[in-house]
Amino acid sequence: MTAVTADSQEAYAAVFDAAVAADERIEPRDWMPEAYRATLVRQIAQHAHSEIIGMQPEANWITRAPSLRRKAILMAKVQDEAGHGLYLYSAAETLGVSRDELLDKLHSGRQKYSSIFNYPTLTWADVGAIGWLVDGAAITNQVPLCRCSYGPYARAMIRVCKEESFHQRQGYEALLALSRGTPAQHAMAQDAVDRWWWPSLMMFGPPDDESAHSAQSMAWKIKRHSNDELRQRFVDICVPQAESLGLTLPDPDLRWNEERGHYDFGVIDWTEFREVLKGNGPCNEQRITQRRRAHEEGAWVREAAAAYAAKQSDRNKGDESGKTGEATA
Amino acid sequence: MTTSDWPLWEVFVRSRRGLSHTHAGSLHAPDAEMALRNARDLYTRRNEGVSLWVVPATAITASSPDEKDPFFEPSADKPYRHPTFYEIPEGVQHL
Amino acid sequence: MTTSLNTAALALGDDALVLSHRLGEWAGHAPVLEEEVALANIALDLLGQARVLLSLVGDEDELAFLREERAFRNTQLVEQPNGDFAHTIARQLYFSTYQRLLYGRLATADPRPGDEGREALRGLAAKAVKEVAYHQDHAEQWTLRLGDGTPESHDRMRTACDALWRFTGELFQPVEGVDVDWRELEADWLTSVSAVLDRATLPLPEGPRTTAWSAGAGRQGVHTESFGRMLAEMQHLHRSHPGASW
Repeated sequence: MTAVTADSQEAYAAVFDAAVAADERIEPRDWMPEAYRATLVRQIAQHAHSEIIGMQPEANWITRAPSLRRKAILMAKVQDEAGHGLYLYSAAETLGVSRDELLDKLHSGRQKYSSIFNYPTLTWADVGAIGWLVDGAAITNQVPLCRCSYGPYARAMIRVCKEESFHQRQGYEALLALSRGTPAQHAMAQDAVDRWWWPSLMMFGPPDDESAHSAQSMAWKIKRHSNDELRQRFVDICVPQAESLGLTLPDPDLRWNEERGHYDFGVIDWTEFREVLKGNGPCNEQRITQRRRAHEEGAWVREAAAAYAAKQSDRNKGDESGKTGEATA
Repeated sequence: MTTSDWPLWEVFVRSRRGLSHTHAGSLHAPDAEMALRNARDLYTRRNEGVSLWVVPATAITASSPDEKDPFFEPSADKPYRHPTFYEIPEGVQHL
Repeated sequence: MTTSLNTAALALGDDALVLSHRLGEWAGHAPVLEEEVALANIALDLLGQARVLLSLVGDEDELAFLREERAFRNTQLVEQPNGDFAHTIARQLYFSTYQRLLYGRLATADPRPGDEGREALRGLAAKAVKEVAYHQDHAEQWTLRLGDGTPESHDRMRTACDALWRFTGELFQPVEGVDVDWRELEADWLTSVSAVLDRATLPLPEGPRTTAWSAGAGRQGVHTESFGRMLAEMQHLHRSHPGASW
């Protein structure tokens, strides 16, 4: 490749800026600013990691699902999460990083995943609450990403969002069954919502005035709405849904504000958010340990398949050289 | 040896008969046989396809952005290739 | 539904239910992400089969969650713990080969329009045989790669094939209501499994294919110790809320 001179660098940057401004998609082989590439790698990787770590809290209930119908739904959902992880790793790989590299960074703690998965699933109702609240928050975050300026990410998100809508609905339905069930089931559902509500609000990230990456990402159209905007949208959606469920959201300050046309809500405990992010959540250690163990214990399997492929390829070469037996040195 | 020995494959799915294969995404697999199977599981688990192609990502030759202009501009100035180039009087049918 | 068809649906349904549960235990633990998706696909196919079969007998959830261990009619093979990936693949190879051969026969059995139960079984087999052909292919592909991969994978796969061999005889114990030639089924199974093992550079395991205990095995409701714990986990929540709907 020819060296990029300062002049052509400027020309490329102008083309890039114009494309972003015109709402065109940036594609893998287009020139892009290094910082844009780095931001995308960080964000897509974190997103992919969240999908595969996010399998754990729900897989925790596959073996205990209370009906065969629920068991099938949950298995399909956890499977989708592995699939979403794969779509996203594949989008990240178009930026010149390998999945192995990204997994290494996850395993060594150099890249993060969504903090929400550092909370435990203590009862069956948690599976419903995750579907309704956690997937609901994720969808609120992700729908705008379908229009993200980076083509492969936007395309992956379209696929993911299509599949996620089943996740949220199954969660809502599961909670509804509990809420309308026996008193014990209803209590189980309320307890789960009480535990998952605040962490779900934290999923939108720190308030706008403290968000480190937001402004630049908005300018690049990687991000389309601010953290607080999306959080408000989510709260507004959830309040009437909670009423239909017959469950209470654990916030005494939650009320309709006629003037704003939105629900006001209480103050989020950002200390907890920062602590969980730092590694002091209830499951940080457990999640990453399980992930690392699965990867390490799977090494011999991956090696075996690679070794077999190499042998097969040698054998095929042998066949092609006129079946003369041994290859000559 | 690590999974990096599992090469990257690009996956193309024919969503139904009569349509061509369209790029769906990529995946890792040790060889073509496993790539096909993984592609089936990953990209067609909701009946999205009737046929699959997997291609080693390294086997794809792409036009480079540097060549973008010579590759694509000539066709941009041949509007006569497109039916909308021609004005047809109103009322003329089957054209 | 006649009693013999109940017996058949229960035996085949429990096989599918229990193996699906075991495969579900892999979620989040698979050796590579692509395999998370593959194992879940197989587990979901099996769970779908189990639900159809158990529903022929009664309420699927009552049957799955409220029966005691001794009332389950699955073979001991499918209840064996996952072990390492090689054990899971060996279990898959043995079972999916059996299932493909069995369902292939059931699917092509002569129709008997008056016999509703039998027709239901035939209908299920016709759909399931396509699914299990894929399961067998998956098991075969991995058997080849583990057997003929690295020295470590070869040893692990050989150990796994040997360890599960003792549970393969039971698969061919005739099941009432399943109208096939069991001897021929067993011969075909042996041919098919031997061919795969041979291509995978693995020896055909030696030693008995059943245990010596005269009490019988899974088809008689006699199971292995780990099965009780599996059921305890599977049934606990459902049993804790009698009469609840989910």
